[in-house]
Amino acid sequence: MSAMTPAVFAEHGLSEAEYDKILDILGREPNLTELGVFSVMWSEHCSYKSSKKWLKKLPTEAPWVICGPGENAGVIDIGDGQAAVFKMESHNHPSYIEPYQGAATGVGGILRDVFTMGARPVANMNVLRFGDASHPKTRHLVAGVVSGIGGYGNCVGVPTLGGECAFHGSYDGNILVNAMTVGIADADKIFYSAATGAGNLVVYVGSKTGRDGIHGATMASAEFTENSDEKRPTVQVGDPFTEKLLIEACLELMATDVIVAIQDMGAAGLTSSSFEMASKGGVGVDLNLDQVPAREENMTAYEFLLSESQERMLMVLKPGEEDTARKIFEKWELDFSVVGRLTDTGRMVIREKGEVAADLPIDPLALASPEYDRPWVVAPPPADVCAADVPAPGPIFALLKNLMGSPDLCSKRWIWEQYDHLVMGDTVQRPGGDAAVVRVRDTQKALAITTDCTPRYCLADPVMGGKQAVAETWRNLTAVGAQPLAITDNLNFGNPERPEIMGQFVGAIEGIGAACTVLEVPVVSGNVSLYNETNGEAILPTPAIGAVGLLTDYTQAVGLAFPGDGLAVYLIGETQGHLGQSLYLREIAGREEGKAPPVDLDRERKIGDFVRDEIGRGVITSCHDISDGGLLVALAEMALAANIGITITAGGGSLSDHAWAFGEDQARYLVTAAGKHFVALAEVARVPVTCIGRTGGVALVWGDQTLTLDELRAAHEDWLPDYMAG
Amino acid sequence: MNSAVIVFPGTNRERDMVLALSAAGARPVEVWHRETRLPAVDLIVIPGGFSYGDYLRAGCMAGHSPIIREVKKQAEAGVHVLGVCNGFQVLTETGLLPGALLRNAHLKFICKDVHLKVENNGTPFLSGYESGAVMSVPVAHHDGNYFADEATLDALDGEGRVAVRYCGPDGTVTRYHNPNGSQRNIAGIYNKRGNILGMMPHPEDAIDKLLGGIGGKPLFDGLAGALGPTS
Repeated sequence: MSAMTPAVFAEHGLSEAEYDKILDILGREPNLTELGVFSVMWSEHCSYKSSKKWLKKLPTEAPWVICGPGENAGVIDIGDGQAAVFKMESHNHPSYIEPYQGAATGVGGILRDVFTMGARPVANMNVLRFGDASHPKTRHLVAGVVSGIGGYGNCVGVPTLGGECAFHGSYDGNILVNAMTVGIADADKIFYSAATGAGNLVVYVGSKTGRDGIHGATMASAEFTENSDEKRPTVQVGDPFTEKLLIEACLELMATDVIVAIQDMGAAGLTSSSFEMASKGGVGVDLNLDQVPAREENMTAYEFLLSESQERMLMVLKPGEEDTARKIFEKWELDFSVVGRLTDTGRMVIREKGEVAADLPIDPLALASPEYDRPWVVAPPPADVCAADVPAPGPIFALLKNLMGSPDLCSKRWIWEQYDHLVMGDTVQRPGGDAAVVRVRDTQKALAITTDCTPRYCLADPVMGGKQAVAETWRNLTAVGAQPLAITDNLNFGNPERPEIMGQFVGAIEGIGAACTVLEVPVVSGNVSLYNETNGEAILPTPAIGAVGLLTDYTQAVGLAFPGDGLAVYLIGETQGHLGQSLYLREIAGREEGKAPPVDLDRERKIGDFVRDEIGRGVITSCHDISDGGLLVALAEMALAANIGITITAGGGSLSDHAWAFGEDQARYLVTAAGKHFVALAEVARVPVTCIGRTGGVALVWGDQTLTLDELRAAHEDWLPDYMAG
Repeated sequence: MNSAVIVFPGTNRERDMVLALSAAGARPVEVWHRETRLPAVDLIVIPGGFSYGDYLRAGCMAGHSPIIREVKKQAEAGVHVLGVCNGFQVLTETGLLPGALLRNAHLKFICKDVHLKVENNGTPFLSGYESGAVMSVPVAHHDGNYFADEATLDALDGEGRVAVRYCGPDGTVTRYHNPNGSQRNIAGIYNKRGNILGMMPHPEDAIDKLLGGIGGKPLFDGLAGALGPTS
């Protein structure tokens, strides 16, 4: 074994203090294999060492939560003995280095997290952030990531129902690819990862192990430099066909009663799955690497343990049930191998060719791994921006057209038409709306799913930005008529060793937690991605939220398209004309300034509950929440979706036109309603409502301004395909 | 009527197809690719997906699987066979239908609603539509670009074997409405005998007005009407 020098453990991403701790734990020097195991298990990606102190503060409980954070995915009760299982996870670093495979394996990994728990995946979503459109790598990264997400999801046969995609220079060297999967399971047939029962067999199924992805988790726990492209060999290669077989084989096995525990091999592969399963169950493991199916010859223990080859699972079977399981995996032509046995020693003993390759205590590498209380500071709040100081360089409709054709607000059709969003035959609402709606097969129920985050608000005010991200997903679900139930979070930040970055993280957690409490949407699963920096430049703080809600009757879902001509359009909520941190300010005035719009969670709740009730009663017939770009952008989106115009009869009163039209005040919706009493209904509920116009025609009309839908559509639809065509 | 849905490893639209067939009363059963016998059925369906991963060429491996020999035998005996998307690719790979499905002209996967013009409704498959009718159904494929040599295309046209073509909402057939570069906008074709239909679009994903419309429903209802209720 090579002597342990500071250079060797530094190369493994371990600090001197961490190495000293290893010496304390073992009472001796680790060998290289053992050092490799420590390196991945104590990596930020696997250990959550900088974040777990703060994650514990998030609200995670509600009567409908079956399983909160800590398992492969979160589980909530959706009635009738059924559960929804979901999680979002990042694959940022690999996707920057090798966009197609990085994004594809991100989808593969999150699918496994969900079907591992006994659920059939029914929907994929994603959150994408790319660098500035003018950056030379952006086009190539967009093309590769989109085609990788589609290539994997389309083949596996799980619909990709949407997500969000935006551009900003802070992501030039660190794009974000966060993938979310939602599955449906029987509430009494959820499978967990805690390995129990000394003597029980440990079984490996799925693909063979190769040399790909070694040290992927360590890579994902470091900043990028100019030489990061050299890390391409640490990116895994996906095989969606094998994943499809693995889904079917696992679900077939789960219908029998032979599994004690199961976990997928994700980041840090065989190492993290075996250590985590054993740690949760309080057992030890004897692992024999000679039995691990290998794709390549002469692999070392180090390589077997750290490989991140895809489409692999580890499970513990009940005694005597090996043959039942083996038959199912043989039917699906997947590898099946008994690779070990549980013990009562609390140690992981790894053998190869008759020799002990590693002998390590389990808990210090898993549940009892290091936890840091990193120093953090709160950045001073930015000065506010006054609407009077913001120019309106042209007629409002000309500015609207510019905004609708800007990278963040343009139609993302070019992306989602590359995703099979219809397979499985249950898609009620397709991509492009506020939330995707997918029917629960053989029932009247449907799940509503959305992802969101507004990073520019998070930078200006992490607490408010955290609140806003949760509030916006809650609003999106409400806008289709669903009752929001729970969220998953994917916290993407820069280097936590910098106090100002840690301050962003701490603030965002505070805001998310506050919103979860008031809006009653606990966090049931999540992922943290830190070190999203290149050469010291951090990304905008991006705590992406994925939210899931329930419709008891999918026929009651509403969309954003105006349902007909001659209908009154109502604005619900209060308009203050907040232009600070707005897209208007950035895209039209070229300024990234101001305070984030204030989020009043109680008002959010009151207004949202009213909207959802009236959708459920059939009073509200179409609905769209107002977010990026403000009121006129939301109105334009409703008109385009319906191909029906609108004549606007209201105005901002004391507000200037551009503040009224493009301010990003929160807790607002646009709706059409059946019957004449809608205003009275809202007044009784003490919800502010204003009629702002009437649908009809083929243009937006406001006073003497006219913008035809054709012209608007061209601006909105053409930007992305034109950009991608180069 | 009874129907069989063939499932290869990698097939992924069998659930959609079973739902559509069940709704029409076509009593579907799923048949695993390693089977060598088919139950007595009036209709065999090869659904969409990525059989065997389609790593070699879409539909190629499936074209050589055990169950396909039986499908061929039944088709020769006159049993009706519907291949959708990957199923169409399998049927061209086996030689049951002429031509080939190449990569989409724009090289990207495409999932969206398209309009199809019914060119020949004189088979059980399209008996639920008027001749010249326009239906709206989705496509979802990477390799749907129909190709055949000119002589084959002329024969298909001359013999009324083009079942459906991509068109506009009003039925006009133009290059603008062709989603994948298919020659002569061909979306689906029959064999000579008219008992085999291969098509790229997914009628099984358009059978419910709240889930993308009912453009595909007459296909299943028509099949059930023409092939049932004998058994």
